Amino acid sequence: MLHTEREYSKLIAGDFYTHHMEPGPDDRTMILNMGPQHPSTHGVLRIVIEIDGEYILRAEPVLGYLHRMQEKMGELKTYLQYMPNMGRVDYLHALAWNWAYVGAVERLGGIEVPERAQYVRVITTELNRISSHLLWWGAFLLDLGAFTPILYAFDDREKILDLLQIPTGSRLTLCYFRPGGVVNDLTKDFIDGLREFIPHMRSRLPMYKGLVTDNIILRKRVEGVGIITEETCRRYGATGPVVRGSGLAYDVRRAEPYSVYDKFDFEIPTDKECDAMGRYNVRVAEIEQSLRIIEQALDAMPDGPHMVKGAPKVKWKAPAGESYFAVEGARGKIGVHVVSDGSNTPYRVKLRAPGFCNMSLFAEVARGVLIADAVAILGSLDLVIPELDR
Amino acid sequence: MNIGPITVPIELVRIMVAILAFSLFIGLNGVILVWLERKVAGHVQRRPGPYEVGPHGLLQPVADALKLIGKQLFIPKGADKILFWAAPILSFLPVFLLLIPMPFGPKLFALDVDLGLLLILAFAGVNVLAICLAGWSSRNKWSLLGAARAVSQCVAYEIPMLLSLLSVAFMEGTLNLTQIVNQQEPWLWNIVYQPLAFIIFFVCAVAETNRCPFDLPEAESELTAGFHTEYSGMAFSMFMLAEYSYIIVVCCVATAVFLGGWHGPFYPGSWWFLGKVYALILVFMWLRWTYPRVRFDQLLNINWKWLLPLSLLNLFVTAFLVKVL
Amino acid sequence: MNGISQMWKNISGLWSLIVGLKITGKYFVCPQVTVHYPRKTVDNLSTFRGPVELVASDNDPTKPKCIVCLQCAGACPSGCLTVAAKPAPKPTAEEIKAKKEAEAKGEKVKKAAPKELGTFRYDFTLCSLCGTCVDTCPVGSLQFSSDAYLASRNKEDFVYDLLARLADQAKGIKSGSSQSKE
Repeated sequence: MLHTEREYSKLIAGDFYTHHMEPGPDDRTMILNMGPQHPSTHGVLRIVIEIDGEYILRAEPVLGYLHRMQEKMGELKTYLQYMPNMGRVDYLHALAWNWAYVGAVERLGGIEVPERAQYVRVITTELNRISSHLLWWGAFLLDLGAFTPILYAFDDREKILDLLQIPTGSRLTLCYFRPGGVVNDLTKDFIDGLREFIPHMRSRLPMYKGLVTDNIILRKRVEGVGIITEETCRRYGATGPVVRGSGLAYDVRRAEPYSVYDKFDFEIPTDKECDAMGRYNVRVAEIEQSLRIIEQALDAMPDGPHMVKGAPKVKWKAPAGESYFAVEGARGKIGVHVVSDGSNTPYRVKLRAPGFCNMSLFAEVARGVLIADAVAILGSLDLVIPELDR
Repeated sequence: MNIGPITVPIELVRIMVAILAFSLFIGLNGVILVWLERKVAGHVQRRPGPYEVGPHGLLQPVADALKLIGKQLFIPKGADKILFWAAPILSFLPVFLLLIPMPFGPKLFALDVDLGLLLILAFAGVNVLAICLAGWSSRNKWSLLGAARAVSQCVAYEIPMLLSLLSVAFMEGTLNLTQIVNQQEPWLWNIVYQPLAFIIFFVCAVAETNRCPFDLPEAESELTAGFHTEYSGMAFSMFMLAEYSYIIVVCCVATAVFLGGWHGPFYPGSWWFLGKVYALILVFMWLRWTYPRVRFDQLLNINWKWLLPLSLLNLFVTAFLVKVL
Repeated sequence: MNGISQMWKNISGLWSLIVGLKITGKYFVCPQVTVHYPRKTVDNLSTFRGPVELVASDNDPTKPKCIVCLQCAGACPSGCLTVAAKPAPKPTAEEIKAKKEAEAKGEKVKKAAPKELGTFRYDFTLCSLCGTCVDTCPVGSLQFSSDAYLASRNKEDFVYDLLARLADQAKGIKSGSSQSKE
């Protein structure tokens, strides 16, 4: 016998997560699945929300729809064979993951990287960061209901992808770094194209500002929405633009400088407002900072080999031990921990995805906000679901 | 009029002919607007829009319509079948009534209704009921949210819309659309006397037709597709057609009431009316492809805190001036 | 007075809406940036890394440089390469006799001729274009092609026989048309 509507609805709809959500104080609330196929969750994130009218009382993210066992694959492939996976963990900032893994392997094997390769890495990674921020910018506006900005952003992003295609050969899932250097050297075409691109990108920023940043509808949508305090960021281990949008100037490039980042003069944009607009401002400002880094790196890039002599081959055996390397990705601190037992495959690979920590915030921040605000908060966290699930 | 032994009132014949003409007009406009919307979106976003079917994609809406006709009509489990199918029809049918008093030209109108403006305002409200039914009967939580939004939005925005039209009616002393147009000689358009009323009317029109930036009932990034989440095939295209038809209706009203109807600097006639209507529609599309969407509480705040006091103020000032001058 | 300043801020913010309209209006009349694909194609395919292909040796365009060391097949993370040498030709009776005589005399036997590539099957459906095989090849017998327009209704079309492809290329047939159905 089915006594209540609740029991009946349990039978015909929902699953473990919706059934086992604690019942609220009364029956007036509605439990709703946002995702895994919801337009604003960018992929397959699922959020079970309990709503009263349009106000969210609770939100519980459900992960794992895109779990691809990236870490387990690391234990089965040799050190070099694992490289293509890195472009696919976070396909938007593939080179940062490339770098984190390559850096960990280099630290493990004590491999020196030539000076030129370091600069090449900086240039391509920063370029990749701009493309990632541009895509986020468009997708965030898409969440807020504006369709046009994403296509303007894609227009510029296309130019970056064309540039990145010259040395890397691919456009999205880049697999360009190797332990000991990079695969190809930068050609004259690339450098000339890049020198043309930098002023072009700068000239586009006022248009972005006029179309979107200053727009009163957007400002009203994101100002004061999704306030994340510095303390909350610390508790969840949030990094990247999320923590910088909360006023804490934490950037791995500055906090624990790797490669040649200590030689460049760049600012770490922060915002004291702690809201979605703060995170928005930080990302837009980072585009300009990345351009500055690229300019300096282009000027300072020395000649020399792009790959160290005697770089590891496919069947290379790493010395036993463990190493950790962290880089600043577009979404935050990317960390790779590699443990080696002396064989040619890692004993264990641990990937620290910044999106995971950033997303954990959501359950707390989304309490008591409107559905529309929840969408804005989710967008401002800049989640890439494949990176989250790994 | 006598056809054999039966006496048919001339008005009835006129209405029958008008309904036939309106069906053609609405159908043709629907096709043109779908194409135009996608073309405008394309060009704003620096892409060509539909391009492959027919010259410059002109036949794309026809292909889309054929595709939609061929799709399965799907009813969710547990949905209210009668209301579920009634909603799209209910949404579409009032369009015919709304066009009846519309003065397309000096002699081109279905029926010269003395309370034409009132008729339009009254029957425009039926669409709200249709959206409400669609959301309610779908048995989908997102649809329900969309329906709830639609009802509060449309009800709220009808008030300033009515008030802004009322101030024009005060000035003109009539609710008959043909007379209103007639009183706006070539250059005495009401927009000159009532700019505020026009702006308020325009904002309300965007909200009433659920267009961006006020497209909350179907906000795709929040409510998947809002009230028509569960509709497929022809039922969905009925909603689309109704949406575009309402855009035409509000643009026609704006043209007749504020922009001098068929009057123009030279060769007055229906082409001026249509030209103005399409210019307004282009502005609608321009807005849609520029702005993000407002939030629901902001939407209502705009209405209750800004548009309503302003339209009341406008009405009082108009009434005062009409009385004094 | 806070409320009034707030109101003024809201009203002055409306100007930003006009700015937005100006920008989209400007782009509305700007030329499009789309490349109409079937009629036009992009011009930077030369740097694109498409499916790998064999490199012909310097003196014979039909023969690959490959020495059948099988390192590429071992290096591939997803095992999409199947490489095998041609079965060595059966020694004729005279050769066996000669060999035996040589052994009987205590001479060192001449090593067999270098292996020749028999099959080089490349399953592109598994490939992730990482380039490990290209990096690994000791003689530079593998390279990336620039085929970007890969589409087929048949999955089998992407299992390439690279030897046949090389032979076609030597004959001057357009690359990509040499997909063999295994």
